Order: sequence, then structure tokens, then C-alpha cells
Amino acid sequence: MADPARIQPDPEGWRCEGDWTLAGIEDFAAPLRSSLPSGPLTLDGSGIQAIDTTGALQLLRVIADLEQAGCSVRWVHLREEHRALLELIKERLATAGTTTVLQPPNHLERLGRQVVFQTQRTVEFLAFIGEAATALAQLTLHPRRFRWRALFSDIETAGVNALPIVALLAFMMGVVIAYQGGQQLNTYGANIFIVELVSLTMLRELAPLITAIIVAGRTGSAYTAQIGTMQITEEVDALRTIGIRPMDLLVLPKLLALIIALPLLTVFADALSVFGGMVMAQALLEVSFSDFLDRFPQVVTPTSFLLGVGKAPVFAAIIALVGCYQGFQVRGGADSVGRQTTVSVVQSIFLVIAADALFSVVLGGVGLWR
Amino acid sequence: MALNPASADAVIVVRGLQTRFGETIIHDHLDFTVQRGEIVALVGGSGSGKTTLLRAIILLLQPAAGSIQLFGQEIIGISGSAAFRLRRRFGMLFQQGALFSSLTVRENVATPLQEHTRLSARQIMDIADLKIALAGLPAETGNKLPRELSGGMLKRAALARALALDPALLFLDEPTAGLDPVSAGAFDELVVQLKESLGLTVVMVTHDLDTLWQATDRVAFLGERRVIGYAPMRELTRSEHPLIRAYFEGPRGRAAREQACKVK
Repeated sequence: MADPARIQPDPEGWRCEGDWTLAGIEDFAAPLRSSLPSGPLTLDGSGIQAIDTTGALQLLRVIADLEQAGCSVRWVHLREEHRALLELIKERLATAGTTTVLQPPNHLERLGRQVVFQTQRTVEFLAFIGEAATALAQLTLHPRRFRWRALFSDIETAGVNALPIVALLAFMMGVVIAYQGGQQLNTYGANIFIVELVSLTMLRELAPLITAIIVAGRTGSAYTAQIGTMQITEEVDALRTIGIRPMDLLVLPKLLALIIALPLLTVFADALSVFGGMVMAQALLEVSFSDFLDRFPQVVTPTSFLLGVGKAPVFAAIIALVGCYQGFQVRGGADSVGRQTTVSVVQSIFLVIAADALFSVVLGGVGLWR
Repeated sequence: MALNPASADAVIVVRGLQTRFGETIIHDHLDFTVQRGEIVALVGGSGSGKTTLLRAIILLLQPAAGSIQLFGQEIIGISGSAAFRLRRRFGMLFQQGALFSSLTVRENVATPLQEHTRLSARQIMDIADLKIALAGLPAETGNKLPRELSGGMLKRAALARALALDPALLFLDEPTAGLDPVSAGAFDELVVQLKESLGLTVVMVTHDLDTLWQATDRVAFLGERRVIGYAPMRELTRSEHPLIRAYFEGPRGRAAREQACKVK
């Protein structure tokens, strides 16, 4: 254990004792000013067992305090290496100058900064969409320049690998909707209407939405993290230097992959969720599989199916663009990757739901929403 | 274990070390000793396991076999709490700085102090400011985030964090890589100054020939999975070992030696 640093009165003046080290000064209390004489004061350094930079800092602070109180300090028996260290610290502190710890901004300032920041980000995002659209247009002129390999590998990771989780969640959604609705229908003896309930809800609304939300959490976040990390390690800059536009290599294949994969995943989710509903209808409402499937084509028009699936490419574009854009917003280090990934998922889910609401209003307005 | 009189004042004693990544053996029967108050450099070709040896010594990597003693304490199979206490006694400067990107430089330097001491927040900030000054950075750097710093300032900020707990033992992984010659020279001087005023023991991995000549007491040359030469720089460059000759006899090696001889 360290011997605590202390300053003791001494016939000649004052005496520093103990370990003037990080461990030794943890309990250090400066001598009371009232007990100190004013005028010349002798400090005896022979009792100092050990000293490190932290202890030297503490000692310098004590001396500065004394000098402020009107004492002039004179060292005696100070070992040469201790004196050298004190000098070094004194000199370094003087060359570094002083600064104050920054105060966090007040609420009003923070609000103002936030508004400006968000506006800038929105404008930048719109510019990014424009840039992606231009790149896409250029691609149709030079289709040979397209990165097919990246596209197929992205379709695999975003689409094929998502099948199990989409299947599970869609199936459970079908079960839940059939269970909740079925109890109500049963009271009215209208069991067979479970077909309408499950099929229309799922195909038009829930299957596209659930799939988009899973993909936003799974793939959108991965896009942000990947591009963000490449941004930090200067890989994005390296691409630019080699003459590969990050937009061509990193954004367009991801965008197109998701626009292809998400509608397919949605059809898959449609099927699984209706199957979930069928299982529940048979178990709970005595509506057999064959009854269900007989009625299914009568109530589900191709329009309702296509409207549901038709929303998927829009959702896909939102997820991919937000994911990639947020990736490019990463600056600095690891914490920024985490922050932008969170922002990416929250924003893409928000925008997907907002777009879905917009679809309902617009399609209802033109009478397609039977 | 019999007390070895030669290692009575040794800070690091490595005996029969073997480390491996899967099937690849990095070190085999490696012996390495560092005395108190020495500045020792680890050199060797790329992939000779310099950083791996450093990582094994600072408890970041579990060796396959052998013994490592830090301050006389065996660290193979060390308990969690003993490792925590031991970590207070050394500081490490990572190659890329490894400053926490979400914290300001001052908060970075304060982190080990907050973790290991009972000092008040004000004292900790005071000490952190001192370490930033010791590393040769202007005071306002403390409020900056790591991403706002240049490469040289980043190294210095990382050094400030490594010095936070006033360690007796300091590890530096390529401290002057990526620095301009002036900053690199100042960094060497700073390390020597700290060693002399604080009695620090320093172990560094470096390729910087000027650093090897100006700042080190002894240089350990890693090759063939062990230390094949361990001597002051002047002696090491006279070694007959083909690997060592190849390393120092290039035009850069000769230029650095001539420069060093002229200075001395």
C-alpha cells in the first residue's frame, strides 16, 4: 500500500512526507491556510518517498496556493530528480496554456442547432436521391458497366437469407389475426368470413408492411454499417481514387437488389400468413382448408394482391436509399456507425409506414381500395 | 521457482513462450527480459510477431505455452482481480491510437483514472489536463474529439492516455509511424525525458531507425520465432546473423547509423 502524501509542520518550516504518487494522494488534504505563516516559508523535501507526475502536480498546486496566500516558498533537501520532475511539469503546464472545460449548450441553442441540422440533412437526402436517380439513368445507357456480381450477392443476403425469419413472422401474424378476428366472427356465426379477414388484411396491408419492417431492421441497418465502416477506413475514398463511383458499386446494386427481393419476399409472406390463418381457421372455427381455398379466389381479386405487392418496390427503395445515405453520413469513429445505424432503421421504418399511409389515402381516393 | 539473481530487478521476464494462431506458430521457445528503467525496442521483419509478443505481455492474448512475469508476478492463468490491479501499473499506446471516438481527448485520458482511482472529478480533469500537456499538446486539445485531430496529435493524445495512471511500465506500438520527422524526433525526446524523470521502463515496437539509435538502451531482434539478437543498437548492427544484417545493412540502415555516429 502507498504511504499517503502529507505536509507536516517542522521546526524549520514544513516538511513533505510520504508517497507523492497517484495512489498516495488519493486521500491528500491540503494544509489549512489559517495554520500557515505568511512571509518566507521553508519546505523540506527530504521526506518525499516517491513522486510521479500526479504527485508533482499536487505539490505544485499546493505551492501555488501558498504563494497566493502571500508565502514565498523555498525548498530545502529536495532531491535532484524530484526537482527535475517538478521543473518538467511546471514547464509543460506553462507551454500548454490553459483552457476551460466546454459547457454543454442550453436547451434553446440545442433546439436551434437541431432544426438547422435536420433541415440540412433533409436537403442532403433529397440530393442523394437525385444523385442515385441520375446514376440509375446513366446505367441504362451503359448497362455493361453494372456490377452484376454485387447485385446477385446482395439479392442473396437481403432476400434468400431472410426467408426463414420472414416465414416465421408472417405465419405468426396470420395466426394472430385469425385468432383475434375469429373470436368476434364466431359470436355472429359468421365463421366463413375469416377468409376475407385474413386474406385481405394480410395481402393488402400487413404482409408488405411486416416484410418491409423486417428487411429495414435486417438489411437497411447492414447497409449503413457496411458503408459507414468503409467510410471510416477510407475505403470509400480509395474507391473514388481508383475511379469507381461509390454510387455505382455500393448504392445501385443494393438498391436494385432490394427492389427485386422485397416484392418476392412479400409474396412469400402473403402465402405464409394466409397459411397461418388457414391453420387457425381450421383449429378454431371449423373452416376446413378446402372451404378456405374455395372461397379465397372469390374474395381476393388480383387487384388487391397486386396493390399489396406493388407497394413493396417503393418500400424497398426507401429502405435501401435511407440505409446507404446514412452510411455515407458516418464521420469519425465507431460511435458514429452505431448512431447512424440507429437513425437509418428508425427513419426507414418511419418512412415505410408513412408511405403506406399515403398509399391508402391516394388509392382510396381513386377508388382502387374497393 | 528458484530465484534468479539476474532477474531480481527485471520488470518483464518471458521464458519459453509459445504463441500460435490456429496452426501457425508465431513464437516458439522465446526468452525475453526487460530490466527496470530500460528503453527496449522490439524489431524484426513484418510478421515476425512483435505486436503479438506485446499483446501477450499486456494480457490481451493467451499464449499456448511458457511463462511471462510482470513485476515478478506470473500472468499466465492470472485471476481477474489480480489482472485488474496489474493493468493499473502499465500503459499501452496502440498503433492507431485507439482513442474512444465518442469521448473528447480529456475524457479519454480521464477514463483510466475514473476506473482505477477514488479521486474527485475535478482532480481527475486536472490530472488529465496535465497528461495532455506532458504529451506536448496545447491545452485546448482536451476539448476536441479524436476525429478532429491530426495523426501526430492523435499519437500524443494516446500517449497522454497511456500515461494517465503514471505507469511504471509503458508499451508503445509503433509510436512514431506516420509522424513527420520533427514530431517523431520530439516524440523520442519526450519518451527519453519521461524515462529519465519518472524512471519509466519502456518497451516499444518500432521500425523507425532514428528512434532505435536515439532513444533505446537495448534492441531485441525477433526472427525465426524467437529473439535472435538482444543488445544495444551499436552492437546489434555488428551482428553476423543474416536476418539482422539484412535488416540493418540496407541503405536506410546505413544512413541512420552514419547519422547517429555523427551526432555522438
